[in-house]
Amino acid sequence: MKNNTDLGKFGTYGGRYVPETLIPALEDLDKWYQRLKVDKSFQLELRGLLKDFAGRSTPLYYANNLTRHLGGPKIYLKREDLLHSGAHKINNTLGQALIAKKMGKTRIIAETGAGQHGVATSIASAVFELESEIYMGAKDVERQQLNVFRMNLLNSKVHSVHSGSKTLKDAINEALRDWIANVQDTHYLIGSVMGPHPFPTMVRDFQSVIGREIKEQIHKLSGNLPDAVIACVGGGSNAIGSFYPFINDKKVKLIGVEAGGEGIRTGFHAATLSKGRMGIFHGMKSYFLQDENGQISEAHSISAGLDYPGIGPEHANLKDTDRAAYPHVTDKEAVRAFILLSKLEGIIPALESAHAIAYIMKNANNFKKDETIVVTVSGRGDKDLTIVREYLAGSKVGIEKNKTTKGNGNS
Amino acid sequence: MENNVTRTFNNLVQRNEKALIGYVVGGYPTLELSREIIEQLILSGVDIIEIGVPFSDPMADGPIIQEAFTRTLNCGIAPKDCLNLVKSVRERHKETPLLLMTYSNILYSNGLDKFLIQSKNCDIDGFIVPDLNFEEADDYLKETSKLDLATVFLTSPNTSTERLEKIAALSTGFVYMVSVFGITGSRNKFERYTFESISRSKAIVSSYGKHLAVGFGISTTKDGRRMIESGADGIIVGSSLINIITKNEHDKSKMMSELDIFVKGLKTVCKFPN
Repeated sequence: MKNNTDLGKFGTYGGRYVPETLIPALEDLDKWYQRLKVDKSFQLELRGLLKDFAGRSTPLYYANNLTRHLGGPKIYLKREDLLHSGAHKINNTLGQALIAKKMGKTRIIAETGAGQHGVATSIASAVFELESEIYMGAKDVERQQLNVFRMNLLNSKVHSVHSGSKTLKDAINEALRDWIANVQDTHYLIGSVMGPHPFPTMVRDFQSVIGREIKEQIHKLSGNLPDAVIACVGGGSNAIGSFYPFINDKKVKLIGVEAGGEGIRTGFHAATLSKGRMGIFHGMKSYFLQDENGQISEAHSISAGLDYPGIGPEHANLKDTDRAAYPHVTDKEAVRAFILLSKLEGIIPALESAHAIAYIMKNANNFKKDETIVVTVSGRGDKDLTIVREYLAGSKVGIEKNKTTKGNGNS
Repeated sequence: MENNVTRTFNNLVQRNEKALIGYVVGGYPTLELSREIIEQLILSGVDIIEIGVPFSDPMADGPIIQEAFTRTLNCGIAPKDCLNLVKSVRERHKETPLLLMTYSNILYSNGLDKFLIQSKNCDIDGFIVPDLNFEEADDYLKETSKLDLATVFLTSPNTSTERLEKIAALSTGFVYMVSVFGITGSRNKFERYTFESISRSKAIVSSYGKHLAVGFGISTTKDGRRMIESGADGIIVGSSLINIITKNEHDKSKMMSELDIFVKGLKTVCKFPN
């Protein structure tokens, strides 16, 4: 059988678990992707867009104040937050939209949680003059009115999904259903390193530009590899993008920080790799949060981008093979990091990225002073201002007690 | 090799009849009522019963089945309850094929072999797994074959001949043809491609000595008749049954009589295909 040799397996994870109707579309997409991956004009066009439209390369910034404050290793920030649209998502949406265009597709669909991937998809669809429809859980639509408006401005139609838990996983279900019905003219632009093959591989390749730049930039600055690369993990696209070029550099520690929500013993978290187990969902075999019968659980995180009960299959394999570590930090720790980075470095990170910052805040002492750490700031935090303000106003915080933020004007 | 499923098809072929396959959601609206519904369906003429195991995220299903799943799960129905349901139906119906329709995660999350052995112990005849393709099915094929459980793989109007040949070869129950590009639930009308695909698929599937049943969206006798005229060996109804059940949730006798009328109408089409 052709096409059977590589179904996108990462160890035992990954693969292609979808209704038969989608198989021809996935095979077709894979064929196109394999061809375009090595096509010089495609790569040139994409690189041009990433540079002139999205604003690559992004800086690797030495966080002097944060480094001094924590008194640990030298911390560098990979500034994906400076990209057009304010997050790394656009690395992938431009790539996939360009593929869709080459394939002759006329319509793009996508899922979105908080709206970041929906916005990045809408932008890419506008660039390539593709029709664009975004699925978003009804709860998220309510919480993220501004992003819905933003997508509408960018000419996307937003569907509010009322089934199931009315959040990201249900938006993905609905997008898959749409794709099954409209597979002829539609490309499903998946936003993370998840879903059926070839998505986890393809999205990783598009996001690996992050890690390649880190490698080059840190080499210029220090002549060496970093000692650790740290990124937040929801589905895992900015993390795998940051990690992938370092996977064979065994000395580089790779740390993916999951969302611990209200604490991983509370049941309200999104720490898939810590608390989930192997399962098959959304087209892939990976780790999932699920109950004893295999019903998928709802995830919880203050950061909508990490609020997903699954994780990309390549991360599942990196965990099982101990090539990467996947600790978690809580909502509270992430909010502290959000505030600290804003205050010390003048950078307001996305709540997702704040999880990666929070990890180094907590663990600076575990690194030597002469070590070099790269933390990927996957996005900017403007979208989270309301959420953080409400969180701080709520009594459950107690953030004022933290000495690093004492005297901060919380309102 | 003959099993309950193929035996049923073969018997129907001898009588020049087509198979009527009915889908219900295990435990919907209640466990007891779903058992009575199955009894009624068999009594009214359904040849093969599919029992859907409720799953939190049924990506191949439309709103009717999704809603039934959600409500059933909210009542605390577990896969184990569906297995026991089959066991109790089996006590009275030795011959009727009873298949489980379930998403992969239910099968795999506690160990595939464990789930299959439990199923076998409850006298389940086989499985339909809408998100499992043969490429990912090595373990599944090995275990089902070991336990003599029938496999039913799905095919779609856009499935290539090469794939369909493989699907036909690996399906030991029948081949489930999805009639449309889309999810479960009734359609106002079917387009020509549906009927053309049935004819094309039937030719391939029967060259492997297998039977082809068509499902998704069938809600009238007219739909069923056209599927059969195009070559289907059987027709599958699910959402239409669930619709009747939901509508008459609080009036059991009306529910049963409407199910009876609906099933008998389709059964007539299956009995007198021409």
